[in-house]
Amino acid sequence: MLTRLNRLPMLAYYVATIALGFALWSILARLVGNGLLPPPETVARAFRSEYERGAFIDDIVASVRRVTLGFVIGVTAAIPFGFAMGWYRWGRGLLEPWVQFFRTIPALALIPLYVIAFGIGEFPKVLVISVATFLPTVVATYQGVLDVDGTLINAARVLGANDGTIFRRVVVPSSLPFILVGARISLGAAWGTLVAAELIAASSGLGYLVQRSALYFEVPSIFVAIITIGFIGLAMDRAVALVHRKATHWQERR
Amino acid sequence: MDIRVDGLTKIFTKARTPPFVALDDVDLACGGGEIVALVGPSGCGKTTLLNVIAGLTEPTSGHVTVDGVAVTGPGPERGVIFQQYALFPWMTVRENVEFGLRLRGVRRSQLRGVVDHYLELVGLGDFPDTLPKELSGGMKQRCAIARAYAVQPVVMLMDEPFGALDAMTRVTLQEQLLDTWGQERTTIMFITHDVDEAVYLARRVVVMASNPGRITKIIDVDLPYPRTQETRLSEAFVASRATVWREVWRPMVGGEAL
Ligand SMILES: Nc1ncnc2c1ncn2[C@@H]1O[C@H](COP(=O)(O)OP(=O)(O)O)[C@@H](O)[C@H]1O
Ligand SMILES: [Mg+2]
Repeated sequence: MLTRLNRLPMLAYYVATIALGFALWSILARLVGNGLLPPPETVARAFRSEYERGAFIDDIVASVRRVTLGFVIGVTAAIPFGFAMGWYRWGRGLLEPWVQFFRTIPALALIPLYVIAFGIGEFPKVLVISVATFLPTVVATYQGVLDVDGTLINAARVLGANDGTIFRRVVVPSSLPFILVGARISLGAAWGTLVAAELIAASSGLGYLVQRSALYFEVPSIFVAIITIGFIGLAMDRAVALVHRKATHWQERR
Repeated sequence: MDIRVDGLTKIFTKARTPPFVALDDVDLACGGGEIVALVGPSGCGKTTLLNVIAGLTEPTSGHVTVDGVAVTGPGPERGVIFQQYALFPWMTVRENVEFGLRLRGVRRSQLRGVVDHYLELVGLGDFPDTLPKELSGGMKQRCAIARAYAVQPVVMLMDEPFGALDAMTRVTLQEQLLDTWGQERTTIMFITHDVDEAVYLARRVVVMASNPGRITKIIDVDLPYPRTQETRLSEAFVASRATVWREVWRPMVGGEAL
């Protein structure tokens, strides 16, 4: 029985688990009741009314823009830092204490400072996300450089490569899989801090939608925002995962 | 083209452990397109010696010269083959072989022809666009050999290149190496822990012992080239192998190593 169950196509499991999830949700909603956990059909109706209200698409665009911008800035800035830490002794000595220090500070704790320093525009919101995405990618890149096989570096040296060539043609490609894993974790961190970023006097965005709905006790709309964040986050993660798979097709896989 | 190793000593020092003498006053000269095999127990300093000659490791004292010029780092006249193949896994077979050629400034128009020539030489002519992960161990090492030969070194330093291969593949690659050597006429310094392999390939076998790492004996192998599988069955081969075996085992049985 179990071996037969193991042979179905993957899609079948996905469909089954989603159906199961919905069923469980329906049952739970009926058990909990009194507006705390709206059933799927109520949330579906809320989707429709949010869409008809018109601002919903703007909310999505605003959030996706913040996440994308923060993610791209954070990851792009992190890569040279990670390389400096992994490749140069001075880089490690000068940067590692700061990275370790900031790793322990929750992104949320810095928000008041950002507001004092940069006001309540788009910049501090993107900054919250950038900082959150910066750290995982720095650490991953750093680890990637430390992990470069010394034999490959020696092989390049005996074929006549200088330090610059070794960096470009051995260290960078060899640490790319690590960097992309870091980027994927960073993307999760970006969505994870979105709602917090939109605590800063936002007037649009999915995080804002969560807060506004909470204020008016519109529980179905909270679900609308959460589910939308989940799906867009999932889609973006799949995109990064695809890039990862394409860029590391040369790796041996178990 | 001669390599001379003079009074080479390498001491590894690590914090909180006594200094470790990996090589103690080693002298060795080879060249003239010969194959020299280095045999000895694990840890006797074979790899260390090869790395110093390759310019990858600094000696503690003594020096290495190639045609009278002191070695201060890796150089194009010394090719190296590593036991772990060391192919760049993100590059195809062709790109791996091109790597050194491009650094040598070989023109694009000639690149293709040169790479094809060396891939043919090692029997990888049909796999230029294959990634290393799709190659067997033997094919990987053949690609590494093509990559090293392509930049036309005059000395080839090989560190247990066939050590990780099965017996049949190993014999095939030994034959192929002798073929390639017949065409390229490089001096080859070949590390192995396989006495058979050493005697089959080499004109001279250098026997090393450990604690401290040193050369105990250099044995001439009086077997004419070209050598074939028939050579392995000859009395002269069996006699040479016995001589080398005795020399390798003597210090170990004496309780100095193992
Ligand atoms: N970088 C290093 N630091 C400390 N000890 C080393 C280092 N490299 C090699 N050794 C030691 O030197 C000895 C000789 O090593 P090696 O040359 O690799 O031997 P072989 O290749 O003959 O097996 C070994 O005992 C090894 O542990
Ligand atoms: Mg070794």
